[in-house]
Amino acid sequence: MRTLQYREAIREAMEEEMRLDDRVFLMGEEVAQYNGAYKISQGMLDEFGPRRIVDSPISETGFSGLGVGAAMYGLRPIIEFMSWSFCLVAADQIINNAPKMLYMSGGQFGCPAVFRGNNGAGGQLGSTHSWCVESMFASVPGLKLAIPSTPRDAKGLLKTAIRDEDPVFNLESERMLGLGARGDKDFSRYIKDTWAPPTHKQDEDFTIPFGVADIKKPGKDVTIVAAGRPVHFALDAAEELEKEGIDCEVIDPRTYRPLDIDTIVKSVRKTNYCVVVDQSWPFASVGSEIAAQVYEHAMDDLDNKVIRVNNDDIPAPYNRTLEQEMLPNTKKIIDAVRAVTYNA
Amino acid sequence: MTSATTEDKVKTTASHSLPKEKLVDMLYQMMLIRRFEERTMQAYQQAHIGGFCHIYIGQEATAVGAVAALLDDDPIITAYRDHGHALARGMHPNYCMAEMYGKITGCAKGKGGSMHMFDKAHHMYGGHAIVGGQCPLGVGLAFATQYEKKNNVTVCFFGDGAINQGAFHEAFNLAAIWNLPILFVVENNGYSMGTAISRGTAGANDLGAKAKAYGMRYAECDGMDVLDTYRVFKREGDLSRGSTSSALGLEQAGGGPCFINCKTYRYQGHSMSDPQKYRSKDEVSEKKEKDCISTMVSHLIDNKLATQDQIDELDQKAKQVSRDSVKYAEQSPDLPKSEMFTDVYSQPYGPPFVKGALPKMLTDNNSGE
Repeated sequence: MRTLQYREAIREAMEEEMRLDDRVFLMGEEVAQYNGAYKISQGMLDEFGPRRIVDSPISETGFSGLGVGAAMYGLRPIIEFMSWSFCLVAADQIINNAPKMLYMSGGQFGCPAVFRGNNGAGGQLGSTHSWCVESMFASVPGLKLAIPSTPRDAKGLLKTAIRDEDPVFNLESERMLGLGARGDKDFSRYIKDTWAPPTHKQDEDFTIPFGVADIKKPGKDVTIVAAGRPVHFALDAAEELEKEGIDCEVIDPRTYRPLDIDTIVKSVRKTNYCVVVDQSWPFASVGSEIAAQVYEHAMDDLDNKVIRVNNDDIPAPYNRTLEQEMLPNTKKIIDAVRAVTYNA
Repeated sequence: MTSATTEDKVKTTASHSLPKEKLVDMLYQMMLIRRFEERTMQAYQQAHIGGFCHIYIGQEATAVGAVAALLDDDPIITAYRDHGHALARGMHPNYCMAEMYGKITGCAKGKGGSMHMFDKAHHMYGGHAIVGGQCPLGVGLAFATQYEKKNNVTVCFFGDGAINQGAFHEAFNLAAIWNLPILFVVENNGYSMGTAISRGTAGANDLGAKAKAYGMRYAECDGMDVLDTYRVFKREGDLSRGSTSSALGLEQAGGGPCFINCKTYRYQGHSMSDPQKYRSKDEVSEKKEKDCISTMVSHLIDNKLATQDQIDELDQKAKQVSRDSVKYAEQSPDLPKSEMFTDVYSQPYGPPFVKGALPKMLTDNNSGE
């Protein structure tokens, strides 16, 4: 049985695609000689050399724009943000240039680039380093947004992203990079066959298509929708709630853009209750969008309102206790499920 | 080449060895841009063209002189005052005008407009509308040609207003550390919209210091003189062309990036809606005395490279082609609604709300249940 960390799954996806296609290169801060600030690209410089694994200075506007220009020319850049929090200084390049080039040029110049990095709260990093960007970017036409929650999804989605002709934002999580590692408290989940990706030898063509949700845990009583790190909060909650006799179905959309609303709605039609979890702030969040779409498509199937669980509406605090408290954590999800199913 | 006659050569401020045909073509390109832009202004005033529209009149020598010094597949990229670059690069005037009319026959199907002239076939990587935003893109193009070991040089144009943007400085830094084959070109017309360069740029009288700060070559040219522009771009382009970097694992070679300060002047306002209160009429008319087209015309006549009749003929042709482009744009079909949702993604799929339709399963259920 295969065990693989989330960070290793990301690396494996990049390595496999780089072996297949010389146009693919990785650029970012400390990706080469330092072996990756988070050891994601460890060893890649040795295999691929400085032409394809490129250390860039701390210059997000510069190197993300470089990625867009190189993609217009025909290369397949992977641009790593050490944290998506740092992408904010490159807003013009990644919001204006990357996703709109194809449209503005009447279909002549696309942007087959991947922008990837850590998203969301790390550990006590304070407000500026704890950005969750999915709600900001999910409303931008022209880009695709993937948010993997397991090593398997991390590998499969990233391989799809690298092959995709459109710009893809891949939102990873510092808190998940070690998931799957021996000794991790969540290790037991990751030794499930279904949560580890196949090796290249086992399956050369392994990819995970965008816009296909994954049922992370089947259940019949209530639908919990969550993506990225909150999937694990939701699974923890489901374990707890099972003891109370509430059987949760946890649905992971895996990509917010495109969004597989069909699978979510199908589940809600079965359970008649819905809790939507996302790790961004509540106002105009991706969770709000999903809730709205559930209302639009399954109003008559709902036996209660949809409850949203988000970050609290505050800048992320440094204090450890408060930081954990502000996240869409297990306790908040348990409370929401109890409330929505009239078990509060 | 000693057999070349003096008739076929031209003597200007610097040594050129351009054949007569090329010189005449450069004059024609400038005439075409000017006549085309006159029609553009007219069409804008008649409300056939909408949005923001920036006229290139006065600056023609820069785009024409620069492009004349390049190989056909050298990538170029510029800002929003981009009609001249598109035409100089070889875009058919019909497609350029139709784009501004928002027609399906435009270079970007009418989805980009005046500020977004793209022409893949001619290696024109666009006009870009956010000041300075194209500088990192230009660096990406240069990185890509180096990555692919091509013998090219990228030319990245911008206005003097872009010098004050962060993107400009980040682009300079990256190009310098990786010895990229790129010419950064400031089309220095003295004003970023209504702000004189001395009011907005520290050290405005010494832009070379900015290049020096990044260890980059610096050159100046008279942007009102197409031959001087050509001379500088040929020289610097050849030095930069095909540069490679040991930092990227290649053998270090070539002169790397260069910053070229093209001193030019725009006769019209910043955009079509500019009352130009920030400069005097005298200043404008004084600058017009050193007009790039008149200078080239005198040069050709003085050196007996063309007759006045031939020059009038060229101008008639430029006028006719420009008139034709308007007719073409007028007669072209509008951008159909069916094109609204195309080119958002490279494949015709995406989130349902992008396609403007409900997901299949749901529509099936709604109609079937």
